[in-house]
Amino acid sequence: MIPSCFEYHKATSIADAIAKLQDNEDAKLLAGGHSLLPMMKLRFSEAPYLVDINGIEGLKGISIDGDTITIGAMTTESELIRSDILQQYCPLLVEAAKLVADPQVRNKGTIGGDVAHGDPGNDHPAVMLALDAQLVIHGPDGERMIPANGFFLGTYWTALEEYEILVAIKVPALTSGTGHGYHKLKRKTGDYAVAGSAVVVEMNGDVVRDIRIGLTNVAPMAIRAEAAEDLIRGKRVDDVLLKAVEKAIVAACDPAVDLRGDEEYKSHMAAIMARRSIIQAIENAKE
Amino acid sequence: MAKQAVSFTLNGKTVDVLVEPRELLIHTLRENLNQTGAHIGCETSHCGVCTVDIDGESVKSCTLLTVQTAGSDVKSVEGMATADGLHVIQQAFVDEHGLQCGFCTPGMLMRAYRFLQENPDPNDEEIRWGMSGNLCRCTGYQNIINAVRTAAKNLQQA
Ligand SMILES: Cc1cc2nc3c(=O)[nH]c(=O)nc-3n(C[C@H](O)[C@H](O)[C@H](O)COP(=O)(O)OP(=O)(O)OC[C@H]3O[C@@H](n4cnc5c(N)ncnc54)[C@H](O)[C@@H]3O)c2cc1C
Ligand code: FES
Ligand code: FES
Repeated sequence: MIPSCFEYHKATSIADAIAKLQDNEDAKLLAGGHSLLPMMKLRFSEAPYLVDINGIEGLKGISIDGDTITIGAMTTESELIRSDILQQYCPLLVEAAKLVADPQVRNKGTIGGDVAHGDPGNDHPAVMLALDAQLVIHGPDGERMIPANGFFLGTYWTALEEYEILVAIKVPALTSGTGHGYHKLKRKTGDYAVAGSAVVVEMNGDVVRDIRIGLTNVAPMAIRAEAAEDLIRGKRVDDVLLKAVEKAIVAACDPAVDLRGDEEYKSHMAAIMARRSIIQAIENAKE
Repeated sequence: MAKQAVSFTLNGKTVDVLVEPRELLIHTLRENLNQTGAHIGCETSHCGVCTVDIDGESVKSCTLLTVQTAGSDVKSVEGMATADGLHVIQQAFVDEHGLQCGFCTPGMLMRAYRFLQENPDPNDEEIRWGMSGNLCRCTGYQNIINAVRTAAKNLQQA
């Protein structure tokens, strides 16, 4: 299996990459290539011109400034897992990255590609929603920053405009009283989620002051379970409330039927994953 | 489509190839350079039989364009044994019966080679996690886990 013919060019800077996208019709960016190349090999996707953004300075790496962590779009899953900053200040991203694919794929796949691809089966989009991440985007008109909330518009469809590049992701550092959780049900190691859920809570003693619940692979794109969040906000979480939350999550799901299961099963599993992540997040917040 | 000249290091030697941009590294290795150690299994980035080591990381060579490896240091299973004999990891696979048909073995060896540098003293759970990108249809994995554990012990004593 090989892709159909294309031209390949390495971009030397972000500006150069944008120019190459503008100058070549239907050109595509090549990041880790672990979604794009499989799709091109299967001829689900064709690109006459690939712009390789590996090796552009400034697109890689993780830094922290005050309460904000900045992650370069070309940072690989393996680099997320190894990062001391993330282990300490955003363990949710480390946990989620460990559940992505397998070691070899994680060495190539990037967080930027995972988010920009718009695949509802990818794990980072729901994590971005739960973290309330901000996405730094460069295009012909300069830089803009938009919230992850609202970025995922449909399957393989995001708020990225033509010729735009996701350059970095900004997430808040974990503060005291904040807790994280990610659970993903998969058939085997390395598989995409049957259903997954990322949760971030802000606690005020025993009461949930704020919560964000992101869901993986149970709708055309990653979604927030807002009705479920509304049920929890301002409350103490107990079993009765969690049952109501599960119902609200099932109602929010609209999964595609495939070999991983039917609609009812996937929606139910999303509710279970969310329940586990909520409990984990609250436990973490207390520590 | 015009071919591009690409140079990289393969098992310590510089190689120059002329490839179409769409050529995958596994095909360059097998068909152009006659290094047939790395196998082709699933061709969809799942099975790991095509695993090689690139600049110190395990990579599935069926999911990498050869043009992307320009200037890289590539190591394949052919680079493991020396004139003195098998590599410690290869010997451990023999001793522990870590293979049956052997089809997955080149990928298993190359992954184990890198994994044991990332984690020289792993427990069994870590071995399973570290080797999880490689599938085997024969062994049931237990002897592969044993082989990696034995290799770790022997490498530390070496
Ligand atoms: C066997 C296998 C299992 C997998 N399992 C999982 C899993 O469990 N969970 C999961 O989340 N993912 C999984 N993946 C997908 C993997 O994580 C991909 O690496 C990821 O989805 C895409 O990142 P990439 O860097 O490889 O992007 P690429 O494949 O290079 O690009 C993907 C798309 O995004 C665009 N793009 C890339 N970077 C940018 C950018 N910075 N700005 C704008 N557009 C950009 C590209 O043009 C392309 O259209 C799996 C992949 C494989 C092969
Ligand atoms: S042939 Fe490359 S992963 Fe299966
Ligand atoms: S030994 Fe036959 S596939 Fe592993």
